[in-house]
Parts: sequence; structure tokens; C-alpha cells
Amino acid sequence: MSVSYLELVCPAGTPAALRAAVEAGADTVYCGFRNGTNARNYPGLNFDQDELIEGVAYAHDHGCKVLVAINTFPRAGNEAPWHEAVDNAAEAKADAVILADLGVLDYATKRHPSLRRHLSVQASASNALSIKFFQEHFDVKRVVLPRVLSVEEIAALVKETKIETEVFAFGSVGPMSEGRCFLSSYITGMSPTTEGMCSPAQFVSYKEEGGCTKSCLGCVTLNTFKKGEPAAYPTPCKGRYLVNGKALYLFEEPVGLNAIDILADLKAAGVTALKIEGRQRSRAYVAEVVGTFRKALDKLAKGEGALKENDLKDMAEGGRETFGAYRKGWR
Amino acid sequence: MTKKTTRAKLTMGPLFFNWDEDKRRDFYARIADEAAIDCVYVGEVVCGKREKLMKDLFPQIVERLQRGGKDVVVSTLAMVTSERQRESIERRVQEGFTVEANDVACLHVVQNKPHVIGPFINVFNESARDFVIRGGAKRIVMPIELPGTAIATLAKTKKAETEVFVFGRQPLSVAMRCYHARAHGLRKDSCQIVCSQDPDGLATDTLDGKPLLTVSGSQTLSHDYGVLLNELDALKKMGVSHFRLSPQNVDMIDVAKIYRDALDGKLDPKEALAKLKKVTGTIPFANGFFHSKEGMAFVT
Repeated sequence: MSVSYLELVCPAGTPAALRAAVEAGADTVYCGFRNGTNARNYPGLNFDQDELIEGVAYAHDHGCKVLVAINTFPRAGNEAPWHEAVDNAAEAKADAVILADLGVLDYATKRHPSLRRHLSVQASASNALSIKFFQEHFDVKRVVLPRVLSVEEIAALVKETKIETEVFAFGSVGPMSEGRCFLSSYITGMSPTTEGMCSPAQFVSYKEEGGCTKSCLGCVTLNTFKKGEPAAYPTPCKGRYLVNGKALYLFEEPVGLNAIDILADLKAAGVTALKIEGRQRSRAYVAEVVGTFRKALDKLAKGEGALKENDLKDMAEGGRETFGAYRKGWR
Repeated sequence: MTKKTTRAKLTMGPLFFNWDEDKRRDFYARIADEAAIDCVYVGEVVCGKREKLMKDLFPQIVERLQRGGKDVVVSTLAMVTSERQRESIERRVQEGFTVEANDVACLHVVQNKPHVIGPFINVFNESARDFVIRGGAKRIVMPIELPGTAIATLAKTKKAETEVFVFGRQPLSVAMRCYHARAHGLRKDSCQIVCSQDPDGLATDTLDGKPLLTVSGSQTLSHDYGVLLNELDALKKMGVSHFRLSPQNVDMIDVAKIYRDALDGKLDPKEALAKLKKVTGTIPFANGFFHSKEGMAFVT
């Protein structure tokens, strides 16, 4: 499939979601193996090797590419599962692997030089110098940019590095340098870096107290909500804290990222691909979000302008949307 | 930098808080003259603006520390974002300093020159370790999150020294956004350097009033002090050669003395912990990461 406007990269948490994404118009899907080698290691998700082989064949038959995320950091003394994951992705004829760890990148470069390598957002490459380092040493062809850059900064990066960039278009807002945030493991012992889990559900609880709902991660209160207020999922970077006597969303508010209204700006900045987040979300979510973005991109490709309105608000985290860092002033 | 037979080295890590000029000058003068510290990491890790502000003080601090017989390593920003910052790292390398790289961006500049890998570059496994060693790393500071079992595996190499963070508020995340400015209703561009009001960082408590985190500019740290004292013997046996204290707003000369004595076997861990408590006051200790538990846990 030739990509006419921006490549639409969509989540495939399960084989069913992969088919839903392909049917809804994805140019590319991304997925991971059913273990700690990817940053969405949640129960009931992901692929085994047979499912991946089938998924790649299905996608390729429909003109869609498949990327495999192997984007956590192997544990010392047990690197084999990560290396095996790279071998398996190559065997399944995946179009690229998405990697973060220096050791896994080194392995993939040496063992599978012709397997295309993308740099995961977990590698925290937010500047031209870092990107150049990964290009020179591992011949990385694409970088998934952290959600902390403005459109102007992305344009400058693309100009300087000449690398393909993939940016988050829909999903959550990540205020921290991804791959270098240990807040979840400080509270729960489990983190995105090694276990592929941020704020895992088994540590989450909601308690009713004095007419309010308290949301907790482990033994830590991360927010309270009055009756009727939607209780957002408790992650440390979107918790409400007491700072100088005031209750504040100090890091980020529980809002979802939606860049659908600035697609033309991203295209003009030289962005190659748009990433839709949500491997942990339902098939219906995938179909709805991917379908809406497909429509928007097709309109733009035909020069018909932007979508007038979209119904994605209900799909967004906390039911509210933001442009995140893409607009200046976010910092 | 051979590690066999040499006695355990005590280091002072880079300052994460924005202390004013006088406080910094006094602090490093005392470290130079009085502290049982072998190596001091200077340089700004958190914010490029602070780096600019302290530009003139930097050579004075370095000179003072070197006169006091300390090894000096220059730490870089955890997020290098501008050409000016890159040039500043290049200049330090040209001046002959050993640099602690805290962002992959910096590896470009120090490639094939002896350098230290700081805790903000993820070296979680042997392949990553060997990769950075091939690029010239002579010492690797373990990422904060690593458990003791991983440290044991990584410290086995003879090709580089291993350093572990053993005292101070633990850096838990870095960001582009300045939370200090945000807490004051300001933007990063026009932050008025509000972080200088909090030499101990900005307390970030849960809504039920329990201390949890500390913010310094764009960096988030634990409220509790990371303390590895019970674990020093185990770390030495693993092959760890360097033990890092992180500057806090307490008497760091006393802290250094306690750790030195504990490393030398003059204080048993229990006594050392009791003595440390007297210096640090009410702030709880944490060592969960080492014990493969949540980082905020304290395993006795």
C-alpha cells in the first residue's frame, strides 16, 4: 500500500485487534510477544509466535505492515527472551522491530542486519544528538518521538537528522522521559522498563471515604474524586498531590492526547507516521479510533481539509482531550 | 582504574537541587577540606538554566576540590536539548575532564574517550554494559531501579568499575516539563528560577498528607532517603568499587564519615543506621529497589 499522507500506525494488542485495525484502514500495525519483552505486558494481551506468523501473513495480504515492539530492558543474567523475541520477529517476517535497550539493539544489528530497526519511545531519544548516536551505531531507520516535543521542535529534528519520525497521535500524555521513569516501581516494584507494566491493575484500588472516592496504587493515595466526578486510573504522573498546601495535578492532568486537528501541521513538520496508542484497549476502540483517523487522513490526502468534528472524546483518557506538548507553552 | 585490591571509594554525586552560590561554595569547600570522599561529581544534571547561572562558580569549585586532593568528574545534563549544552560538554572533554554521561546524546561526544556512564543511561544488562565499555566507559553507575541480583551480575566485569547510589533522595524520573515552575503557575521559559527557593526540593505529598515525592525543577525524586548501609558488605563482595552519596540538605560531612566507617568495618550496619538517623532526622529510609521490592520499602 502506498502511503499518501501520513502512515497510520495502529495498536494490535491481540490477533482480533490486529484484524480490526487492518479492516479499519491501518497502514501499519504494531504488536508484542506475550511476555515481559514489550512495554504492554498485561494479562490477556499480545501474541505467541504462531499468532504472529499468522498475523503478519494476514496483514501483508491486506497491504499492511507489522512492527514488533521488543521495547523493555532485559534483566541482567536473563537476556535470552529478548534475543529470542528478535529472532522470532525476523522469522515471522515482521517489517521492523521497535527496540529501546542498547544491548538488544546491538544484538539485532549484528544478528539480523537486514531486519529494519525502529527506536522505541522507551529509548528516550528526544534530541538530534541521541538520534544520531542510534543511527550511527545501530542504523536505526525510524524513531518514535517522546511526547514532550512541540511541532516546531519536531520539524527541526527531522531537518537535522533526516530520520523517519513516528509521533503519538492518540492515546495518553506522557510527561516523563519514557524509559527513564521509575515512579511505578518506586510504589509497586513493577515498572515499564523491566516488566513492561506501569501501575499494574493488581495494585490499584478504589475506596469510598467520606462521600469521596479515593484511588490508590499500592498503599499510596494518588487522587480523590467527589461524587459524580469520573475517577481516573491511578498512575503516578497523573495523580493529584499536595504541594505548598494546594491540591495539584503537578505532573499532568488525567487527559487523553488527540492530535487529529493538527495532522496537517505534523505533516508539514516532516513527520512520517502517526501512532495510535492502545494495545490494552478493546477491539471496538481500535476500530473506532483507527477508522476516524483513516477518514481524516484520506480527506487531507485529497485536499479536502480537516475532519469537521470527531467523536473520539469518549475514547480519550479521562474523557478529555489535549494537544499535549505539540503546542508551545505545555512546559 | 583497576578495581582489585583497591579500597572501596566513596563518591559525592552531582547536586540535584538549586542551592545558591554561597551555599554551593561552602558545601564544596567543606567537602574538599573535611570529607572522607575520594571523588566528587560536579556539573548540572537537571536544568540548563542552572548550569548557565553557575558558570563562573564552576572553575572555582573544581579548583578547590582538586586542591583538596579529590578526583573530579563532570556530570552532564540528563536531557541535553541544545547545541550550547553539547558544546559545553565538548569543552569539558577538551579541558581534560572525565565526564559522566547522563544522556545518550552525550555518548557522541565521549565516544572512545574514557568516561563514566551515569545512572540516567539505562545499563540494565550485560549486553548494554559491554556495548558502553566498548565505547570507552571506565565506570558505570547502576540505574537506581536495579535490584541487587542485577548489580551482582553487572559488577562481575573486570573491564569497568561499578558504582552504586547508597545515600540520598533517589532520582525517579526526568522530564522536559518543569514541575517547579508548574507548581508556581509559571512556564519553564519564564520560571523565575523558583526552584532556588527550595534547597531541599519541593515537597510533594499525597492528598492524605503523607510525604511521597520531592520535585527539583524537571526532576522527580523520592521523599525518603535511599540508604544502603546493611547492604554495603554484599555490594563489596559483588565487586562494586564506588559508593555514591547524593548531596542533601543535611551535614554531608557527617554522612560521609558514617559511610566511610561502615565501609571500613569500623561501624557495624546497625550502629551506622542509628548514627545516620541522628544526622538525617525524621526522613524515612528506603532500600526496596536493591531487594527487588517496591523502591519505597525499607527491608531490615
